[in-house]
Amino acid sequence: MNAEVRPVIKPATASVGTLAAMLAVFSRDVRVAFRQRQDLLNPLLFFIMVVTLFPLGVSPEVAFLKQSGAGILWVAALLSVLLSLDHLFRHDFDDGTLEQLILQPQPLFLLILAKTAAHWVLTGLPLVLLAPVLGVMVHLDGNSIAILCLTLLIGTPVLSLVGAIGAALTLGLRSAGVLLSLLIIPLYIPVLIFGTGTVAAAAEGAPVAGYVALMGAFLMLAVTLAPFAAAAALRISLSNS
Amino acid sequence: MSEPLLQAVDLECERDARLLFQNLSFSILPGTVTRVEGPNGTGKTTLLRILAGLNDAWSGELLWCGQARHQNRESFLRNTLYIGHRPGIKPLLTPLENLRALMAPRQPVPDQVLLQALAGTGLAGYEHVPCRNLSAGQQRRVALARLLIADEPLWLLDEVFTAIDAAGVQAIEALLQQRAAEGGAVLVTTHHDLDLPGMKRITLGGEVNHER
Amino acid sequence: MWQFFHKLGSPKWFFGIATRFMPWLLAAGLLLLAAGIVWGLGFAPKDYLQGNSYRIIFIHVPTAFIAQSIYIMMASAAVVTLVWRMKLADVFVKAIAPVGLVLTFLSLFTGAVWGKPTWGTWWVWDARLTSMLILLFLYGGAIALDRAIADEKSAARAVAVLLLVGVVNIPIIQYSVEWWNTLHQPSTFKLTEKPSMPAEMWVPLLLSVLGLYLLFGWLACLRMKTEILIREQKTRWVKELVLAGRG
Repeated sequence: MNAEVRPVIKPATASVGTLAAMLAVFSRDVRVAFRQRQDLLNPLLFFIMVVTLFPLGVSPEVAFLKQSGAGILWVAALLSVLLSLDHLFRHDFDDGTLEQLILQPQPLFLLILAKTAAHWVLTGLPLVLLAPVLGVMVHLDGNSIAILCLTLLIGTPVLSLVGAIGAALTLGLRSAGVLLSLLIIPLYIPVLIFGTGTVAAAAEGAPVAGYVALMGAFLMLAVTLAPFAAAAALRISLSNS
Repeated sequence: MSEPLLQAVDLECERDARLLFQNLSFSILPGTVTRVEGPNGTGKTTLLRILAGLNDAWSGELLWCGQARHQNRESFLRNTLYIGHRPGIKPLLTPLENLRALMAPRQPVPDQVLLQALAGTGLAGYEHVPCRNLSAGQQRRVALARLLIADEPLWLLDEVFTAIDAAGVQAIEALLQQRAAEGGAVLVTTHHDLDLPGMKRITLGGEVNHER
Repeated sequence: MWQFFHKLGSPKWFFGIATRFMPWLLAAGLLLLAAGIVWGLGFAPKDYLQGNSYRIIFIHVPTAFIAQSIYIMMASAAVVTLVWRMKLADVFVKAIAPVGLVLTFLSLFTGAVWGKPTWGTWWVWDARLTSMLILLFLYGGAIALDRAIADEKSAARAVAVLLLVGVVNIPIIQYSVEWWNTLHQPSTFKLTEKPSMPAEMWVPLLLSVLGLYLLFGWLACLRMKTEILIREQKTRWVKELVLAGRG
């Protein structure tokens, strides 16, 4: 009927910049999280409780805790990040936000990077901030605590990024939580090894700058590659739903 | 005759080893409303998801403005609005925050316009109430408020009338017609008896899939 | 070129080729493996340090070697799945993943059996054993993901993404496990084949590796054929094949 009327096709260049879109994704996730504060606390409580299990279940001796403290904290942090990953895409999947995210004109992997950044700020960063308190409780000395926090600061973003791949792959599956752990734990091993190894090396007085740099390299690798894999996985999972 | 916005050539989709449709060809022209119809389970939603670019388990060809869609993905995404069965409304956020978040990556819209759109869908007074405290119909209206602001030439709307009351349905029908008159193209699936003057139909589930 | 590629993607064509090659793969594989194992276990010289117990390498090394290369093969097929969506690549990955898992387990098991006389304990957190254990987890994850997704095509593509992520990680994992190992056990007895291994030892080892490769090829064909029959059960050629087999 209105053959002569034609809508204006917008040019393919972005009218909203990628950075602005990333910021919108990030701030929405943070806003939603602060509306449901209990969900923010849960991984932290879990972190504290897992650490508590070790003196109770293995030994409260100062010597044991001094030696194993960094490892215990790292494993506990790893598990609590793992626990929180299931939520990374699930709510967005259920309410359709994820469909809208995929259909944004901006590159999907960058939007996922923004989402993962929000996940880290909401779960990983609080763990890092809480670590010194627990470090004192497992009798780590000041220097070890500082190094531990540094490794957690570099390492937890890797956990979020790599975890995003697993969360995207298991989206919408039954018993996704357990499956997610099976897929992701093997991939967490290098970060865990270098995280705890760096603290152990520091305790022996060895220079740690090289190890820290290596962890930084892991982080760079994860930042550049993981969002691509997660984006591909999300498309597959959504295509199937 | 103006050029089609979106053109499907010999679309075929198989799901769970069952053929949903094949040899499905049609064009979506500017200035038209097209309804995808067919009984339950014939792949209406799947077709819409394929057209939107969410589902990629299909074969055939999709042309966007005469060129292969996958080569013009960004232009396609920027110029297509898809509102699915799950419309992307966060229950914890207010209608205003939801609308703001949905519009932010697509076009910069001042809050005043957003508030007007919400008022236009009958949500005046609810702008700052978390969506989980709203009824299903009201939540749906938050998503549909996008239609009052959206400038994308192609709209793909899945089950657009679900949970909407009679007055709302009339308003949406009018909106779709107005959109077509302005030169936009709209593709809808619905169980509601939609019959607009000049509406085109794509019928799924028959032996022969044809375009009228 | 394209025609060849197209053919390679056709399950029916592969089915025919595989049927023709399988007896040869089986015969050659059995022959080489038998030769390698009989030579290695019966006639190769004793190791001056470990005595006869080292002879398990004629089983341990081939399984470990192939277990690792199967993962690489799966990752290569994953690229084909993601880029060209070739059906046969999906079938290949699905068919050989359990084989990889079993071989990884066998290499761990033989490693443990070897550990008992060498280290006096079944399990040592040695870098190689630990890496193989992690490889076992990676196989387990890929198989679990494949089983969890109902839709065949989505499952294949999701597993492909996981495999590629895994294959990027394997060198990092191995490197970090080795570093971890030196950190905790500064001087372990190395399980590696010594570079000065005499020919009477490495020739039978090579034979058994080759033999196991050929046997793996046979098994892969067999499992792929089964998978193809399941997937293509509605096509005419499978129906005709089954009817002909019955009559």
